[in-house]
Amino acid sequence: MMTEFLQMGGYALYVWPSFALGMLVLLYNVAVPLLTHRAALRRAADFHAGRRTNGEQIQ
Amino acid sequence: MNWFMRWFHRFGSPVWFYRIAGKWLPWLSGLFLLLFIPGLYWGLFVAPTDYQQGESFRIMYVHVPAAWMSMFIYVAMAVCAAIALIWRMKLADVVLICSAPVGASFTFLALITGSLWGKPMWGTYWVWDARLTSELILLFLYLGIMALYNAFEEKRTASRAVAILTLVGVVNIPIIHYSVVWWNTLHQGASVSKMDAPSIHVDMLIPLILLGLAFQVFYVLVLFLRVRAELLDRELNTGWVRQLALEHDDD
Repeated sequence: MMTEFLQMGGYALYVWPSFALGMLVLLYNVAVPLLTHRAALRRAADFHAGRRTNGEQIQ
Repeated sequence: MNWFMRWFHRFGSPVWFYRIAGKWLPWLSGLFLLLFIPGLYWGLFVAPTDYQQGESFRIMYVHVPAAWMSMFIYVAMAVCAAIALIWRMKLADVVLICSAPVGASFTFLALITGSLWGKPMWGTYWVWDARLTSELILLFLYLGIMALYNAFEEKRTASRAVAILTLVGVVNIPIIHYSVVWWNTLHQGASVSKMDAPSIHVDMLIPLILLGLAFQVFYVLVLFLRVRAELLDRELNTGWVRQLALEHDDD
């Protein structure tokens, strides 16, 4: 039953890569803005606290 | 007119948008999962096998929503371009440029899954037929918009150039949509958006609709995420970002 499902009537080679790529595209679209948002928030925090982005204090 | 202009100005205000979008994020995520998980389950397990295409037709559940979104996002960008050029609304510029990578990724997904579907059904990964070619041009338009934006130092100039290119490129959208009618294409005609009843079994149609709606919600969700990050960068010097950044710094 399970193997039959995974074989997709002989089209597994085309069906599963399509679904896998679909999931990857969704994950990419979520991950990238989450990371940029975190970086932007850190940049803003550094800027307004008078730090350089590497964390060292501006003299 | 008065309430409309008030709403328009409020909506155009970065701090207001940042806060509201932030509040919407959990609801949008929930709605997305509510549509996506049943849609995926129905598409993979419940929808009956196609009498001509066997199980390969299930590629449709990735391919068709991706293709719909590839066009929808472009139209949304063109609307933003018009608003940005006519009313100089800054937020429209931000929404436009933040949509481009999302649209490009869906166009890429539509092209690759189409190709993976084409091989077993048509015997080829690719043909230069009108539907496939115009969709490939759409991918180049998205990439062109992103490249053009990055080609300018000054963001205001970049935004204007990008808005103009986006508006010019919108001519490609009806070409993609009607390509299967205007030309004799290998790609099949429409099954869902026909004037009469859709020519697709209801158990095949329901998951397609669910996944189509899920992708739509997903676009809004990731757009909000991108716009929020972009607004923080653009408004770095303002009081609201300062307040937000210092609150964040305390954690």
